[in-house]
Amino acid sequence: MSSVASTVLTLVLFATYLGIGALAHDSHFSLGWVLGSTLLVWAGPAQIILISTLGSGATAVQAAIAVTVSAIRLFPMVVSVLPLMKTPQTKRRHLLLATHFIAVTLWVECYRLLPKVPRQRRIAFTHGLGCGLLTVCMVATTLGYGLAANLPPLFAAAILLLTPLAFLLSTARNCRQISDVLALVLGIALFPLVSMLHTGVDILISGVTAGTIAYGVHWWRERARA
Amino acid sequence: MSEFFGSPHALLVLVLAGFLPNEVWRMAGLWFGAGVDEGSEVLVWVRAVATAILAGVIAQILVQPPGALAGVPDWLRYGAVAAGFVAFMLTRRSIFAGVVCGEIVLLAGKWWLG
Repeated sequence: MSSVASTVLTLVLFATYLGIGALAHDSHFSLGWVLGSTLLVWAGPAQIILISTLGSGATAVQAAIAVTVSAIRLFPMVVSVLPLMKTPQTKRRHLLLATHFIAVTLWVECYRLLPKVPRQRRIAFTHGLGCGLLTVCMVATTLGYGLAANLPPLFAAAILLLTPLAFLLSTARNCRQISDVLALVLGIALFPLVSMLHTGVDILISGVTAGTIAYGVHWWRERARA
Repeated sequence: MSEFFGSPHALLVLVLAGFLPNEVWRMAGLWFGAGVDEGSEVLVWVRAVATAILAGVIAQILVQPPGALAGVPDWLRYGAVAAGFVAFMLTRRSIFAGVVCGEIVLLAGKWWLG
């Protein structure tokens, strides 16, 4: 729990979910609905996409496609972080709840905090961190929903900028190897180029390409060293 | 209670268009990730791809901004993030300093533009 309080990312999440609560209010969703989305979806960008596409009159199918594409990143995140948590005795079902909690914030915080936690306690630690962050976000969603009518438009723009800022900086802090740095830089640079193709899966194409190039450089350097 | 949650149809849409599209990827990750060793070389590649996809999400929000952020001029969005990154590097990687600096630049810029 003290880890929840100690990270600035908690503040960022709080403000982001204030924004999501306000957005849901302005798009005429019920409070229960948006709280349900925080609990079940648990991914800021996906919730913003879901609320804004449904709010603008898109069909549920269109919204589902947009959200599915945005959620692809969760797959490599879960694959890369779970091995840090498990012990040889761990069964898949023990990781179920921890897996649900994985989103950007928990992903970067796991890399930062889990090495300090004894391996047997890492799943419990992740549950605690996830529940703490979720509680903070549920409170923020409720507050944002209630305050929506009183929030100035400038505030909305500032909150929306928080997501890219916090994602960029927390990922940059997490870079451990040359492959991580390259993946971040190439990923940002490639997306605007790939997005001109309008494939609908631009992020997937630019991400896999940039990630693979970054890994290739890592592999080549390791081989040159050996 | 029904007023609190709204119509059952809206909740069904939440599960089908919000919950399942996210949870499918998490569960697929659980299926593959639970069998991979921590020191495995595959993980270096998977982490690079995860980082690059996240980088794409960052770029997308900046290049194709949602909602109220679209009302901020391009140069101010890029400038605010760049200023935040510089502050982050100058303060030995303080996320707090970076976020605060980026937000101040955005707010000051918007205020200055009127």
